[in-house]
Formats: sequence, structure tokens, C-alpha cells
Amino acid sequence: MLKIRQPTTQSSPRASRRGFLTGAAAAAGAIVIGFRLDLGKARAAGADLAAVKAQPNAFVRIGADDTVTVIVKHLDMGQGNTTGLATILADELDADWATVRTEFAPADAALYNNLLMGPIQGTGGSTAVANSWMQLRKAGAAAREMLVAAAAFAWKVPVAEITVENGTVRHAGSNREARFGELAASAASLPVPQEPRLKDPGQWRLIGQRVPRLDSKMKTDGSAVYALDTRRPGQVTAVVAHPPRFGATVTGFDDAAARKVAGVIDVVAVPSGVAVIARDTWAAMKGREALKVTWDESAAETRSSDAILAAYRETAKRPGIVASERGDPAAGIKGAAQVLEAEFSFPYLAHAAMEPLNATIERAPDGTYDIYAGLQFQTIEQATAAAILGVTPDKVRLHTQWAGGSFGRRATPSADYIAEAAHILKAWDAKAPVHLVWTREDDMTGGYYRPTVYHKIRAGLDAKGAVTGWQHVMVGKSIMIGSPFEAMLVKNGVDGTTVEGASDTPYALPAYRFEVHNAREGVPVLWWRSVGHTHTAHAMEVMIDELAHAAKVDPVAYRLSLLANAPRLAGVLKLAAEKAGWGATQESEKGRALGVAVHESFGSYVAMVADVTAGAGSIKVNRIVAAVDVGIAVNPDIVRAQVEGAVGFALSSVLRNRVTLKDGVVQERNFDAYEPTRMSEMPEVAVHIVPSQAAPTGIGEPGVPVLAPAISNAVFAATGQRLRALPLDLAGLKGV
Amino acid sequence: MVKLTVNGTTHEVEADPDMPLLWVLRDRLDKTGTKYGCGIAQCGACTVHLDGQPARACQTRIGDVGDAQITTIEGVSGRVAEAVQGAWRKLDVVQCGYCQSGQIMSAIGLLAGNPKPTDADIDGAMDGNICRCGTYQRIRAAIHEAARSLA
Repeated sequence: MLKIRQPTTQSSPRASRRGFLTGAAAAAGAIVIGFRLDLGKARAAGADLAAVKAQPNAFVRIGADDTVTVIVKHLDMGQGNTTGLATILADELDADWATVRTEFAPADAALYNNLLMGPIQGTGGSTAVANSWMQLRKAGAAAREMLVAAAAFAWKVPVAEITVENGTVRHAGSNREARFGELAASAASLPVPQEPRLKDPGQWRLIGQRVPRLDSKMKTDGSAVYALDTRRPGQVTAVVAHPPRFGATVTGFDDAAARKVAGVIDVVAVPSGVAVIARDTWAAMKGREALKVTWDESAAETRSSDAILAAYRETAKRPGIVASERGDPAAGIKGAAQVLEAEFSFPYLAHAAMEPLNATIERAPDGTYDIYAGLQFQTIEQATAAAILGVTPDKVRLHTQWAGGSFGRRATPSADYIAEAAHILKAWDAKAPVHLVWTREDDMTGGYYRPTVYHKIRAGLDAKGAVTGWQHVMVGKSIMIGSPFEAMLVKNGVDGTTVEGASDTPYALPAYRFEVHNAREGVPVLWWRSVGHTHTAHAMEVMIDELAHAAKVDPVAYRLSLLANAPRLAGVLKLAAEKAGWGATQESEKGRALGVAVHESFGSYVAMVADVTAGAGSIKVNRIVAAVDVGIAVNPDIVRAQVEGAVGFALSSVLRNRVTLKDGVVQERNFDAYEPTRMSEMPEVAVHIVPSQAAPTGIGEPGVPVLAPAISNAVFAATGQRLRALPLDLAGLKGV
Repeated sequence: MVKLTVNGTTHEVEADPDMPLLWVLRDRLDKTGTKYGCGIAQCGACTVHLDGQPARACQTRIGDVGDAQITTIEGVSGRVAEAVQGAWRKLDVVQCGYCQSGQIMSAIGLLAGNPKPTDADIDGAMDGNICRCGTYQRIRAAIHEAARSLA
């Protein structure tokens, strides 16, 4: 197969040029990484994204057989970004879609960093398309110009007379044409154009169209290889006995019975527990059952989740760190005609991706290493594993596999399960490739949850219903404090990933104060699909709804009156309301009503209208009408799918999901106690996309935040009962 | 030694009869299209066919399989299977795709016995298959689409 240039693909021979991991830091295991998250408004400016260089060699390979392989620097955990990213490049290249393939990039923070995360290769914050947009357009356009130049040289005709269509380069005047594969080798030797000419939007043939997903076939015939399907020669499976409480450590173990289990090969202690190594998963699981471990729980978290939340309530009575403030809300509330006060509580949530966490790691004969996993934070995973294994990061090759979901869980600042796999391999002296497998129970009880959070809001209205003051206090554990990103991302004690969506509310609230308390419990927390917006949107959108009702103004009209300076939010709100028949005379059906919510996250704008039937102890979501503004919708069908999926994903967290701790022990261990949404509960979802020529933003997450408040507001409209806590208190619902 | 017939091929597996079929398929016979999701028959990711009937491989002891023909996603074939897989591709049902082997095996089981399922029939046959990506709307549409193409 001829190539435009041999790129670094499955393995990266180059040394790390970043030097972010110093020897001393590596020895201490303390990784300090420059990191930024240009989410939301910062990204919309996008100036540096457009300044990115054209790097066709890094992102596309054209084979003599005409296949166009697009190198994908992101993890695809279901969002469809492989298809979306390939679409962007293939369109500028004028490739034949039928010949387009994708391949996950190796770890290389210089070539494959997320342009919205600084020097980090990673996937998150709904950034895959947003950060890659200009990079892949330029790569495709540059490769196209190289193919054209190669044809012009071979045919001795002017470049300007050559056209490209559907993978074929043509010169009409001399009636000559060539497929990409015929030109690839000669094109590869040409210089890379630095500023290739990009198409005008009117010339796009794939972008904005429903291009079929590239992964549909392999995911419907069993051939897609997920991390759990990794099969390396001679590999063994490891299952780890983890402590029953967060923060406990191993003091000793008795492995006599475990070693007698057929198929068990060895038992080794690692910092996170005791690993049973066996010839297959079943034997490893049986071996672990037979293992006796004693734990030191002196530093463990032993509180119950109820006690943690109760402590939050007390904390919220004290002044917190001011995250944002304008006007004088206290004075505004003092002089108000009406004062409303509400509290909102949120449980820990597990990501519960269908594919449990797992990773395969092996040592090559030359002392380098290979890791196969659903890698989501490659730069951190590589650095963390390298530090444990005592090598430089360039000695650890990463092989990103298809991921069976993630919802944020595979991107941990501590690279927790990758680190565990590296520790096992090291403790076992790398005798064979080791596949670390977390069972569902390990995955559910392993921490890194969406934090439990408490919001308390006081707001005043004047006689006309205008907001005179808004005081907002939030308590929760910061995701970033204590992580390698703390120095970069926590400003004056405020972690943007915790307060986003509330402290920066787009509503025109002239007297507003947002205070945050950073809780410090021992339960590890993490981003969960839409991060801080999972709770801030609910608190804001339910409270705004309460104010609208108190002001006796229609909830859509009330919001619009506060969104004069947020035209894209107003746009999706109006579109969703119109498509849902908001305000039209409804057939009155007992207990059935509409509720609305609108929110921006990650630079994308989403409104939802929920059609809900609520009765005593029950809520049935009949229909969701959503409107989204993601700028240019690269693949409108995938945009719709992500919003449909966001509803299915988040619905169970609205209705029932919570991770609870009893004396520090997680109670929900599998899908029987933490039950995701099922088919019979799935509402009909209609998704409307606002036409736009703005640069594309993401849609992996932004469908999630508005679902809970839209449903809660509909329940109020149907029953007059405000359910503020999540999950919604079905038992307390009296019905009509 | 336990004798198992998987996708028409007979294998002799040296394993405890208590070993779940799921782990034999995945770790001994390299049939990794059948997925592990929960291990307690709550999610359906491990759904295979035993003599054409959907079964959860995580709760099936290999010692209990006997002479039953085991069919996995890699080996499923025939008119109904093609209609289901074709509908899944036509509507781009998949997202992460991890549960879809099980979804498809359950859907084939449904359509094999009920060529024109109602929404309630679909709820009944598919409620045991969890899709954490929430692709249910498209799964439902794809089952109806497959039924239409088979009519």
C-alpha cells in the first residue's frame, strides 16, 4: 500500500517533546500537567483553532487501493466522532465516502493534542469536532492540493484545469483521470501546502448531510474490537480485590484458597488492592472470591451519603467562596414583593458504561510497553503508566480501542485503572500480557462518581415579577482540586467544572451572587456527561420556572424576557416551544402537561419541552421535543442521535439512579440496584436543528442538562407539586 | 471435557461444567462479539441463541447446554437476521455499539416468532436489553423496519 507519507500510526517511535513529566516528578508519581479547558464562550472565538497548521501527513493516509484512512485523535465511545471527523476531512479532500476508513491515532501530544485542552491528547467537554474542525479541513484540503499537483505534473497540465470529485482527479481538456490511489505515491513526495484553499460552505458534499456511520457494520456483526475484546498472545486476566471503603489500604492477604482455584496463576499486591491473575476472567473472578484480604481503614471514608449531604446543608448556611457577583442581591431581596427559596440536592451518580473498565498491558522484549484500552486521556495515561513502569513516556505505546461507552469515566486525571494495570504488570514482572478486567461490581463501586451536590437559592421578585436579587450557594466536591490540573484550572478556589452553567448564567439577573463551598469527602468524583451542568442546569431551570409561575408569566415568555442578550439560547427555546405546540390549546388530560428548560453547555444550545403524565408515585415521559444549535451540524443524523441518546441516558438519573453509601460502603453494585433506562420507558424524542453557519460545537453532552428540569417543570405543571431533588421523589408524588 | 456446538462448529472445551457460557465463548473460543455487561442477566449484552431461542450466556452453565446449537452474533444468519442487521445499519442505530450484539440477538428472536410486533411486543421482548447510550428509539424503529422488509 502506497502512502502519502508513512505516518506514525499504531506506535509512536518519537520521543516526547513536551517534557511535561520531569524525572523527579515521575519518581514521586506526582504528575503536573499544563492543561486548559477552553469550553463554552472561549471556544466560540476560535481564533487559534483557525490558525492551526495543515498537517495532512498526521491525519490521512491514502492507499494504492484508493482507501482513504482518516487518523482519529479522539476516543469514540459512541458519540460517532470517527464518522464526523472523517466527514470533515473527506469533504475537503473530495474523497469517495465508500473508500473512507478510520484508525485511532497513537499517543502523541505534539501531533494529536486536543486544541481546546492545550498540550493534552484527550477527549472530553464535547470538543472532538469543535477543536478538529479547521485542523481536519486544512488537512483534507492540503492532501487534495497535493494530489492535484501530482496529477498536473504527470499530465503536464495546469493545476487550475484539474477537478476532483468523489476520489477521482480529472483533467477534462485532455480527457484524463486518475483515482486517488494511483496518485498517492507521487503526491507524497510533494511539499505540504501551508495554507490550502478551503471550500466555501456551498461546495460541501458531505458536511451537513446524513452520511452513514462508518462503524455501523462492525458494531452489528460482532467484529468491532472493544478493549475488552483485546486478545494478545499468551495474555492472562487479572481481577482485583478493591477495598470496601474509599481510602482503605491493604494490610495483608491470605491467598491459599485462591491459588487452589483452577486456572489461577498468581496473586500479587498492588497499591489499589490485591490482584488475582488467571488464565481467564471466570477463573480470576472465582479466585478473587476465595481471597481473604485485611484492610487498614483508618484513613477511609466511613460516612453515609445521607450524612455527607446533611453536612452540605449545614455548610451552605455559611458564606462560601464568591464565584461570581454583580449588583446587590441582598438589598434586592430585602425590598422584594415576593421572596422564593428553594434547595436542590443531587446524589452521586455512576457512569455505568456498558463496557466495564479494562485495559491490557504488555512488555515488549526491548523493554518498551504497549497498552490497549478505551483510552480517553492519552497524554495522562501514557505519562502515568510510564512513571509507574520507570520509563519515559515515549516507551509506552498506546493503542486506543473502541469504547463501550464512557460518559466521562475513562478520562480520569489519575488514570486510575490504567495505573492499576501498570502496577499489576510491574508487580508480576511482566511475565505475560495482562488484561485487567473490572467486573460490573468493580465498575459500580469504584468511585469517580458525579459528585453529590447541594444548591440553595433565594430570589426576590418585584410586583411586576422582575427578579430583584438572586443569591445562590452551592456545596460539592471539586473535580479538579487534588488533580494534576488543579494549578491550571482552579482559580481562587473556584473550579469551573463545578460551577459552570450557574455562576455564569446567561439570564439577565442584575443582582446576582454565586458562592461555592468545596467539600472534601473521601469519595472520588469525576465529570459525568455534561459535568457541572448535570446539576447547575437543573437548579437554574427549575428555579426560573418557579419564578415564572410566581410572577404569573408563561415560563417560555418569562425566560425569553431574560435572554435578550443570549439570542442563540432564545432561538432554541422558541423553536422547541413552537415544535412542541407550547401554548396551543391542549387536550386536557388529567395529570398530563408540558415543561420546558433551556441551557447552554460547551458552546452548544439546547432546549427541551417534556410532555409528561404524572400520577401518584409515577411519572411517564411521553415525548421530548428538543431544539439544538451546534453551529454547523457536520452530521445532522448523529446530532439527532446524540440528543435522543442523551434522553435515554439521563432519564434513569431523573427517575431513580443514585449511588448511596452506608457507612462508607457503596450499596448499588449492579444494574439491579442501579437500573439504566429501559426500552419501555423511552419517550419519543423529536430533535430540531437550528440552521447555522457558525463554527461547529459539540453535542456529546449538551442534550443531558435540560432533561431533568424539563421533566420536573412538567410534573409541576401537571400536579402543582415541585420535585426539586434528583432523582425525582416519586414516592412523594401525590398525583392530581 | 464439555462438548459445545457454536455457529455450527463443535468444540471440546476443558472447563468446569459450572463455567458460564459467556466466558467460554469469550475467553476460550475467542467469540468476543458476545459481550459481558453485568453477569447477572440484567442487561442482555450476552444474549445468544440456544436452538434459536434468545438466552443470556452469563447465566447459562456450559454443563446445561447439552446438544443445543449455540449461535452468536458472529454466526447468526438467515432472512430474519439479515433484515434485522440491515435495518440497524439503515437507521444507524448504534452509538457505542457494545450492547448491540445482544439487542440484535433479542430482536431476531422476537421477529422469528412474531413477524409483525407491536410496540408493546417490542417492549416485552427488548426490556431485558439495556442500552446505556439510549438508542431505544432507533432500536424500536429498526425492528419495525425489519418487520416491514420481511413482510
